Amino acid sequence: MATRIDRKFAALKAEGRPALVTYFMGGDPDYETSLKIMKALPGSGSDIIELGVPFSDPMADGPAIQAAGLRALKKGMSLTKTLALAASFRESDNTTPIVLMGYYNPIYIYGVDRFLRDAVASGIDGLIIVDLPPEMDAELCIPAIKAGINFIRLATPTTDEKRLPKVLQNTSGFVYYVSMNGITGSALPDTSRVADAVKRIKQHTDLPVVVGFGVKTAEQAKVIGTAADGVVVGTAIVNAVANTIRPDGSLVADPAEAVATMVQGLSSGVRAVRLAAAE
Amino acid sequence: MDKAVEPNSFKTGPDEEGMFGIFGGRFVAETLMPLILELQQAYDDAKNDPAFKAELRELSTNYAGRPSKLYYAEGLTRHVRQLAKDKGLDGGAKIYFKREDLNHTGSHKINNCLGQILLAKRMGKTRIIAETGAGQHGVASATVSARFGFPCVVYMGATDVERQAPNVFRMKLLGAEVKPVASGHGTLKDAMNEALRDWVSNVDDTYYLIGTAAGPHPYPELVRDFQSVIGEEARAQILEREGRLPDTIIAAVGGGSNAIGLFHPFLDDKSVEIIGVEAGGRGLDGEEHCASMSAGSPGVLHGNRTYLLQNKDGQILDGHSVSAGLDYPGVGPEHSWLRDTGRVSYVPILDDEALDAFQLTTRVEGIIPALESAHAIAQAVKIAPEMAQDKIMIVNLSGRGDKDVHTVGKLMGMEI
Ligand SMILES: Cc1ncc(COP(=O)(O)O)c(C=O)c1O
Repeated sequence: MATRIDRKFAALKAEGRPALVTYFMGGDPDYETSLKIMKALPGSGSDIIELGVPFSDPMADGPAIQAAGLRALKKGMSLTKTLALAASFRESDNTTPIVLMGYYNPIYIYGVDRFLRDAVASGIDGLIIVDLPPEMDAELCIPAIKAGINFIRLATPTTDEKRLPKVLQNTSGFVYYVSMNGITGSALPDTSRVADAVKRIKQHTDLPVVVGFGVKTAEQAKVIGTAADGVVVGTAIVNAVANTIRPDGSLVADPAEAVATMVQGLSSGVRAVRLAAAE
Repeated sequence: MDKAVEPNSFKTGPDEEGMFGIFGGRFVAETLMPLILELQQAYDDAKNDPAFKAELRELSTNYAGRPSKLYYAEGLTRHVRQLAKDKGLDGGAKIYFKREDLNHTGSHKINNCLGQILLAKRMGKTRIIAETGAGQHGVASATVSARFGFPCVVYMGATDVERQAPNVFRMKLLGAEVKPVASGHGTLKDAMNEALRDWVSNVDDTYYLIGTAAGPHPYPELVRDFQSVIGEEARAQILEREGRLPDTIIAAVGGGSNAIGLFHPFLDDKSVEIIGVEAGGRGLDGEEHCASMSAGSPGVLHGNRTYLLQNKDGQILDGHSVSAGLDYPGVGPEHSWLRDTGRVSYVPILDDEALDAFQLTTRVEGIIPALESAHAIAQAVKIAPEMAQDKIMIVNLSGRGDKDVHTVGKLMGMEI
């Protein structure tokens, strides 16, 4: 059964360019504004949306995404409301894939079966759950696959040759290569090493491989996009939101517009890959 | 919650996957997964290596000062017998202290640090990171790092940096870098998040020296094993002193390392009642406590499934305790399992009760206990008067209270 994610990558392949995958934090700076941000993403050139679910203790995130999650939680964001956000987005967009990204505990407390039912009903296509490695597949990965939701796994520089098959085993949709050992928001690593890593992963799977962690500019998106099937941008987008917020919480500018401008720029980066290939 | 199935032995866990029943596991980012598998391999090898055991024994004896004494707390026993008398009873159990406060660095934390630093050395790691609440684990980590020549970074919540100032200075003297963590309430949970972030960013050279029996498998198991020396000694010592097993053993539970260390060797001694004491803070009604097993629910945090303080959206609460070492909204997974199987009872002790026990012990025993340990003592003082005089109780005096005199002085309204 082809999912929205499969169809999107097939279309991009035909177009001959990599995907722009954009991460933003649900509920940041508040529910309504984040819905506006989300709705503006596809029109600005985002191909796949990663919808961040805020968590009180984001162990794998750097200061920017930590702060975004706390802003959202302070405004009353929750997993329930994150699902509502996705459902609301789906009313006017039935093609852009939505991947929920977060930590396991809110889902565990929501109840895995109930969560998967509601996620399907809200138009969620995939899950990236940071603290569920393959060793824990029975918790959520296997039930998610049964429910028709892609479970997207992170591969990292510490995932060696021996471990890769285990990581890829129940992965579907795409593989997310985290280009460095570190937390979100760290600096971009050496791009030639990224290209080698993508090649290495592709020897083990036919799934698209997208690369994330550290991409901030259109130029970087272009360089990484040349070596991979997609580029993930997160911290830069979250920072674009943060830059519109004054310390007292009032807004300097429209966060949705700031994000849209940022994403348009990044989008020119991934689209330049196709132009380059066509020359 | 259904009662978990009672096993034949309570000492066989965890299973291959690192589970104690539904608790424990390896809920970590992929980046860390190869590292904890490597650690598990190294630990399994070390466990079966006589040279490793011999080196640990040598250090425990001549560096840390083991075995720690089992002391008959005559003054406190007299006190609880007087309490019984005041109520018209003639009870008052005999109270022993397991003197972990006499260890080098002043608490049980050194037991675990010596074991883990030898593991780090075996694994060829060159940099140590640790999290700390009360600062006792930070001091013990800084100590073994100095002894073995490793650079050491200690993450400590900003609130704790303030309330455990003497330990911060000790760590710096020992050459460690103390990094204050401002997120959350600036307590142990936040320090642990930051230590995990450091670890993910420095996987090649860094050994994460976790200070309590929590975190992803195999940490709960190996920390327990390194701390079980407490219970093994206590069991042999009481058999020698009294010719029989104790009736009750009590320890304070933060993450649960001193408690599991005392409890584990007694788990299959059916006649021994085992009590873990959680921080009741300002009472269990609100959110100002850290009694995750008395008032929390199972969830996933810091690499394992365990009882946690959380809201209905699965967001972790900060909690509160006067004692920095108990100020953690979770607990090691083995305790969660022991709770559900009914083998161990977990009870809360309030801030005020712990402060009373702190002062009482200081006056009647001439021992200043750590505020963490004072929670265990408070529970002993609470139940001992109701027990017959021929009953025997062992309380884990997990650490000394020098680090807490500022905090207690402030609460008593004194300038120090
Ligand atoms: C003296 C002492 N006792 C107890 C604890 C609580 O930790 P655990 O539950 O791991 O023994 C601490 C922690 O800092 C401590 O310093």
